[in-house]
Amino acid sequence: MIGISAAFEWHWSAAAEVLPTLLTQFVKVTLLVTVLGTVIASILGLVIAMAIRVLPRPLSEAVKWIANVIRMTPIIIQLLFASYAFLSLDLITIGVIVYGIHYATYMSEVYRAGIDSVPKGQWEATTALSMSTLRTWTAIIIPQALRATIPALGNYAISMFKDTPYLLVIGVVDMVNAARIYGGDTYRYTEAFTLVGIIFLLASYPTSLLIGRLEKRLAYKT
Amino acid sequence: MDEKFAAIGEAMPRLLDGLVVTIELTIFGAIAAFILAVILGLAAASPAKGFRIPARVVIEFFRGTSLVVQVFWLFFVLPLLGIDLHPMLVGVMALGLNYGAYSAEVVRGSIQAVPTGQWEATTALSLGPIQRMRRIIFPQAWALMIPSLSSLLVHLMKGTAIVGFITLADLTYQLEQVKRTAGTLFTYGVVGILSYFVFALVLMYFMNALEHQAKHKLGQGKSLWRILSPAPPASTPAGGAS
Repeated sequence: MIGISAAFEWHWSAAAEVLPTLLTQFVKVTLLVTVLGTVIASILGLVIAMAIRVLPRPLSEAVKWIANVIRMTPIIIQLLFASYAFLSLDLITIGVIVYGIHYATYMSEVYRAGIDSVPKGQWEATTALSMSTLRTWTAIIIPQALRATIPALGNYAISMFKDTPYLLVIGVVDMVNAARIYGGDTYRYTEAFTLVGIIFLLASYPTSLLIGRLEKRLAYKT
Repeated sequence: MDEKFAAIGEAMPRLLDGLVVTIELTIFGAIAAFILAVILGLAAASPAKGFRIPARVVIEFFRGTSLVVQVFWLFFVLPLLGIDLHPMLVGVMALGLNYGAYSAEVVRGSIQAVPTGQWEATTALSLGPIQRMRRIIFPQAWALMIPSLSSLLVHLMKGTAIVGFITLADLTYQLEQVKRTAGTLFTYGVVGILSYFVFALVLMYFMNALEHQAKHKLGQGKSLWRILSPAPPASTPAGGAS
């Protein structure tokens, strides 16, 4: 037998001690950033998708490239940049904004695909009925485009949820950082990190099953 | 502005050292993830429950617990068990397990997306299960899975930026060392963003090339060699006045 160090053994007392802190930070930071970030991302994502479609050529290209740069670079660098660029904002607000913008660039791709999936005849019909641009988008295109996008948006919300621990790079005490701090103080990493993993799994797996079912229900029967 | 560039130029050796660590983590992490993805993906696509159910459990477990949690678990908890891994190995393992689980879903989906006629044809030709997968099904699934694997590869590359917390001096870590002399906003906003973006573009182009090659092998599209070679000189009409 290999000598397993005493610190590895599971202590229920340590688990019970750290759990309330983890759950508090889960609600106060992890969930808060995920929910507000998703709201920003789903609105801004649609704005980006429409801007790329509506704006004249050089401008729409510029928007597309900026979105690509944000999407293809680590959110960690973006968090660090924003935390120094906006020193007056508190760190949670910076987190919400950065997660919102980062995931908006992903969601804009989902919206773009949704908009592209609206048949050409629908666009032609709005022209034939001489609808205004605003009415074309709000009454015809967006409702049809949105239907197919909802499950994909949900999946990105789950991704964002699992990316929230990156907040520790700007010193936010989220659930994972709370576990790290507790482990550093007591040397009981086993309980803290195992519990954090279980909480993530318990929160994300049922949600992804629900989204999978929603996806099947929303799919057009062909 | 000039002094900022000078500071970056002075710090170039350490930034390059950091970039090498980031590149190593990305490449080794991607290789580990791919191997795991093929094993788990084949098992998850198998009709046998004995393969499928364990594969599903592993996939959902590593997808459901966050990458950062896995990195920290391997780095802080394993030593308590008496297993001391090099931080580089911890990083590669965590990236491999997490993105391997995500990619396994892509592999499974692509294998199942190969048309049934292809499967039936292998039965008609009485190919064995290994030959069927290796010669017929996998090459077609491979061409289907590359676009999704390509975006997961960029995700993996972005995920490497966390390893500063497990004592690895990657690009993000080195940028932090440079920021005092070169200015924080310039260091992160220009140098950091541009380096990672260019690396991501290189990865995307590489994956695009792989996709062209995979499709060419299936008889769709030109070979990479043909795409990259210069266009043949246009034949000049004979006797043209000069």
